[in-house]
Amino acid sequence: MELLDFLNDNLDLILQLTAEHISLVAVAVGLATVTGVPIGIAITQNERAARIVLYVASIIITIPSIALFGLMIPLLSTIGQGIGYLPAVIAVLLYSQLPIIRNTYTAINNVNPALREAARGVGMSPLQRLRMVEVPLAIPVIMAGVRTAVVMNIGVMAIAAYIGAGGLGVLISRGISQSDPRQLIAGAIAVSILAVIADYALLWLQRRLTPKGVSA
Amino acid sequence: MIKIDNLTKIFETPNGPVTAADHINMEVPEGEICVLLGPSGCGKTTTLKMINRIIPPSSGRVFINGEDTTGLNTVELRRNIGYVIQQIGLFPNMTIEENIAVVPKLLGWDSNRYKARAKELLELVALDPSVFLKRYPRELSGGQQQRVGVARALAADPPVMLMDEPFGAIDPINREVIQDEFLKMQQELRKTIMFVSHDIDEAVKMANRIAIFRGGRLVQYDTPDDLLAHPKDDFVESFVGDDRALKRLRLVQVSQVMEPVAVVKPSDSLQTALARIEEHGYSRAILMVNEKHQPIGYVSRSVAQTTKGLCGDHYFGLKATTSPSDDLRKVASLMFNHDTTWLPCTDEQGVLVGRVTQQGITHYLGATYQRDALNAQSPHLHQVNA
Repeated sequence: MELLDFLNDNLDLILQLTAEHISLVAVAVGLATVTGVPIGIAITQNERAARIVLYVASIIITIPSIALFGLMIPLLSTIGQGIGYLPAVIAVLLYSQLPIIRNTYTAINNVNPALREAARGVGMSPLQRLRMVEVPLAIPVIMAGVRTAVVMNIGVMAIAAYIGAGGLGVLISRGISQSDPRQLIAGAIAVSILAVIADYALLWLQRRLTPKGVSA
Repeated sequence: MIKIDNLTKIFETPNGPVTAADHINMEVPEGEICVLLGPSGCGKTTTLKMINRIIPPSSGRVFINGEDTTGLNTVELRRNIGYVIQQIGLFPNMTIEENIAVVPKLLGWDSNRYKARAKELLELVALDPSVFLKRYPRELSGGQQQRVGVARALAADPPVMLMDEPFGAIDPINREVIQDEFLKMQQELRKTIMFVSHDIDEAVKMANRIAIFRGGRLVQYDTPDDLLAHPKDDFVESFVGDDRALKRLRLVQVSQVMEPVAVVKPSDSLQTALARIEEHGYSRAILMVNEKHQPIGYVSRSVAQTTKGLCGDHYFGLKATTSPSDDLRKVASLMFNHDTTWLPCTDEQGVLVGRVTQQGITHYLGATYQRDALNAQSPHLHQVNA
């Protein structure tokens, strides 16, 4: 009952924090997609580079988020951005690299070799092959990587409240420090619901982006 | 015309270099189908794929219509060569129309032109454009997909086509149909085609010339009939099979072995029939025709010997007829089916033009083999004559 009252009284705040949360994750994963997909495509050309890149991305993802934020404080302080928006976005951007790069790499590599040969045989240049055949066919798997990144990082972004980035984590951190379970639970539920909704929204987008002849 | 000059491919492998194609020289005249044939690993596919540089050659040159392709841009070169592969390779993200229009689009045709072209080509490969243009490849059967594959290769009207076991993944019944359609199409289009196959029957059916490969070398390059009649060595002989004489049946038309035939009319007496049978040395029967000279039945020798009357009252119905353009395989099959040693041949109007006999067939096929045997007995003489 108390929780419902709290939600009712603070709906504006919760919506505002949710919007903040969404915008943080959207910007970070958006940037990660813009960088990760080209990297994933590029490393299909060189097996050694692929191994190294995927290894580095795997290591990054194992760094605990609190530690990563801590590491960035001295680094980004040099440009006066030690805490707040920038480190939060950078952390999520880094965490998103592995699922996005790995899925892109796998998807492009798994394009049927016969299709690749057919594409070469009709006289497509390597770029035309990517644009007309390989990327369209890889979209479902690439989008699955983006979804993983988004869902995972909605959770990570909650922790970024501790470095003053805002978002729904604010409710959680306040709930802990003020020993107020209402805020804590409200924040946690909001984060979970956001993750589920984002996953479904992206699944819808994935289906829209998948070429018609490819979808199951 | 495709001319291959000393084309060689050496693959570097961990176990040392492997020569996949060893100084291949051959020429496919314009408008002909050349089938590259051999066991797997013989270099036929490597040779084919060096022509459009899917596999870059180690050395040697390829000429297309007299032009050395060595200096040409790879992408440009491929756009001017139709390419059909066994796995078909239609792009699943594109409709049938978009698949066919791929090369025209790359060449910068405007959309009206390539759309019209896609429609025209679907009709050519016997698929209804109103049904198929907007469909996706996965909605088509294997046979339909490969028709589209052929249409895509033809889209920009390239003078040369390369086909890598194009009908290999299609079930046998549809394969026959699609082969027949392709041959019919080729009669009009007259493309210069290189075609890889491992199936001697397919090769004999499709080819104007067959190139037999073994271990990276071109062993024999001949017309199907010559190849079957005169295999160059034991390998070729075993590859073409023990039934090579039977395979040749497909290559010979009835008109090549047709002989004149004596007939009776329904108004002739059986006595006349018997006399003609004796006169021409027929063993069992004589053919009877109507006033339009169309065969309608036959009068048997035994009936003619024992009965009096008119042929028209004592004849047996016709079992089967052939036409001069039928191949001998069909004729032999008809003969076996109907337990007969000869068949009348009729033209399109059903008018009798001759007959084909088992003896005539064996004689025709045997003549080439006898020539072989004679040559083998007197190699010196042959060389002098040559």
